[in-house]
Amino acid sequence: MSATLQMNAPLLRVDDLKKHFPLRGGLLGGVTGHVYAVDGISFDIAKGETLSLVGESGCGKSTVGKAVLRLFDITAGQVVLDGQRIDTMSQSALRKIRRRVQVVFQDPFSSLNPRMRVKDILAEPIRNFGLAKDNADLDRRLAELMDTVRLPRDAIGRWPHEFSGGQRQRIGIARALAAEPDLIICDEAVSALDVSVKAQIVNLLQDLQAKLGLALLFISHDLAIVEHMTHRVAVMYLGKIVEVAPRRSLFAAPKHPYTEALLSAVPVPQPGAARKRIILKGDVPSPINPPSGCRFHTRCPYAFDRCKLDEPLLKPTSTGHLAACHLHDLPAVQNPLSRDVSPLH
Amino acid sequence: MAEAPLLDVRNLQTHFRTPDGVNRAVDGLSFHVNAGETVAIVGESGCGKSVTSMSILRLIPEPPGKIAGEILFQGKDLLKLSDREMRAIRGNDVSMIFQEPMTSLNPVLTVGKQIGETLRLHQGLNKQQAEQKAVEMLKLVGIPAPERRVKEYPHQLSGGMRQRVMIAMALACNPKLLIADEPTTALDVTIQAQILDLMRDLKNTVGAAIVLITHDLGVVAEVAERVIVMYAGRKVEEAKVGDLFASPKHPYTQGLLGAVPKLGSSLTGDETRLSEIPGLVPSLKTRIEGCVFASRCPRATDLCRAVAPALEAKAPNHVAACHYSEKELLAA
Repeated sequence: MSATLQMNAPLLRVDDLKKHFPLRGGLLGGVTGHVYAVDGISFDIAKGETLSLVGESGCGKSTVGKAVLRLFDITAGQVVLDGQRIDTMSQSALRKIRRRVQVVFQDPFSSLNPRMRVKDILAEPIRNFGLAKDNADLDRRLAELMDTVRLPRDAIGRWPHEFSGGQRQRIGIARALAAEPDLIICDEAVSALDVSVKAQIVNLLQDLQAKLGLALLFISHDLAIVEHMTHRVAVMYLGKIVEVAPRRSLFAAPKHPYTEALLSAVPVPQPGAARKRIILKGDVPSPINPPSGCRFHTRCPYAFDRCKLDEPLLKPTSTGHLAACHLHDLPAVQNPLSRDVSPLH
Repeated sequence: MAEAPLLDVRNLQTHFRTPDGVNRAVDGLSFHVNAGETVAIVGESGCGKSVTSMSILRLIPEPPGKIAGEILFQGKDLLKLSDREMRAIRGNDVSMIFQEPMTSLNPVLTVGKQIGETLRLHQGLNKQQAEQKAVEMLKLVGIPAPERRVKEYPHQLSGGMRQRVMIAMALACNPKLLIADEPTTALDVTIQAQILDLMRDLKNTVGAAIVLITHDLGVVAEVAERVIVMYAGRKVEEAKVGDLFASPKHPYTQGLLGAVPKLGSSLTGDETRLSEIPGLVPSLKTRIEGCVFASRCPRATDLCRAVAPALEAKAPNHVAACHYSEKELLAA
């Protein structure tokens, strides 16, 4: 991973993004409520950087990915790619921009068209964006793509069903690379794979990033993989970002109670590891009717009166994290998160 | 060990007839589980771990499946029992928790009815007694307001709660052996922590032996006492959990452990590239001569490709199916 990141103008900036899905029901099919899937989040990604969005099911992390791809219109906020707002862009202008942001999906079985040969799957983006000069150039590009994702060149005439899960995920990655993007959104791209295959794909993604200088928005619930891959982490809970921090400092000393609990809950492959385990009570509340104040207060082991009333804002902490927690307004002696202790040790 | 094990599986072979040949899903697996012990079976998709668990309870449809070998439970061979005798054991002495809490509960029956069913069937309780016991079971697995929940349907519960209900059902008749097939795989991390915690607690109070089927090495490290590693339908290694993680003897196990990033790796400076296991699991439809792992093993020799290695003791209570010792593997 490149240690020197260009920290000037971000490649992608997301500002106060909201996506509310209307719920319809009743006799006349009117709107009876909303799912507050993403409710005001902001982050940016630099060129060549990996930002991971982590959180549990229903926290809105995949919705963020889809909003950045503009697979739907957002409710409020801005999505800015390299200085251009893409959330308000016309469809025709958007077509040119689409090349720069590509996606790799979770399920390698349903994300490839079973009626297209690998050749056609990979050639489609190249043709759509007019990247090849002529047929010879197209063939050269296709062969290169196969090499890049370490698939045999002669497999290019085959159909998706002839490949294993890991190989299909390589095809999915090659398809994303075919458009020569600046940013790839990996939505649980390795979650469905077996351990040994997962390692192959993780290594491939890391190599590609180093070679091509790609930025990655890595959406995942697997914290060990995230720690292995990422530069920075944003932790989401019920449609909000609760903490953003560089990787090492997040895993060393989380500054939000949810991050702390999440890290302590991951089983580690190390028998007898004595860890302080924080077991959260209950389930994640519904995003249709999120709790008042801090959304985490119903499960937070440190919640106090103010948490029920006041929504905490994402603010810088003393260690350079951004965290949305009222604990940091208390004197350090009363703040259990001021100790710099990793829940991993 | 003086006492006979609770479960003793000997040379289990579960094969399926398919249009293009016989699939040897489990091929000559032997293992035992002592009373009160937690044994994990780990491996990747298609290694035969779930088929093993289904075979123990004889839940494999025959045909196309065929189970051979011996499955001795308290000295009785389950494969020789009549269907009726087998039904008296399922859900009673031996019970099972499945992966999908969404699909393994009946959506049109209340939770109480489903827990009560086993109690009425196996323990002859009447309707009121069964419902009362169901409430107790829900309380045991930590479901708040059990009196209300017992009358609810599965769709009214969250994923974590449904898995608790599954556990309550499985434990209702005080089983001696509980088979848990990927019990936390479908759950979120914080909910997984709750369920693993619950299983550990219950093990102490109920005292049932557990066979835990999983692909998650983290879960294995947290709950198991002994581990069996399966690959392509066979056992390739078995050891106490501490020994297995500290010094794996089979190249496959070594590869698996090296392929998982360790949480906290950025803090300890232990950031190595993940090790890859090249290639794919071989097809189980062709008979494999030699070691099942030879096609992917970085140290495979001609001997490995020709002769299947037997399980041999590599250390006290630690067996692996590899021709080579640890020293020889390191040298290669």
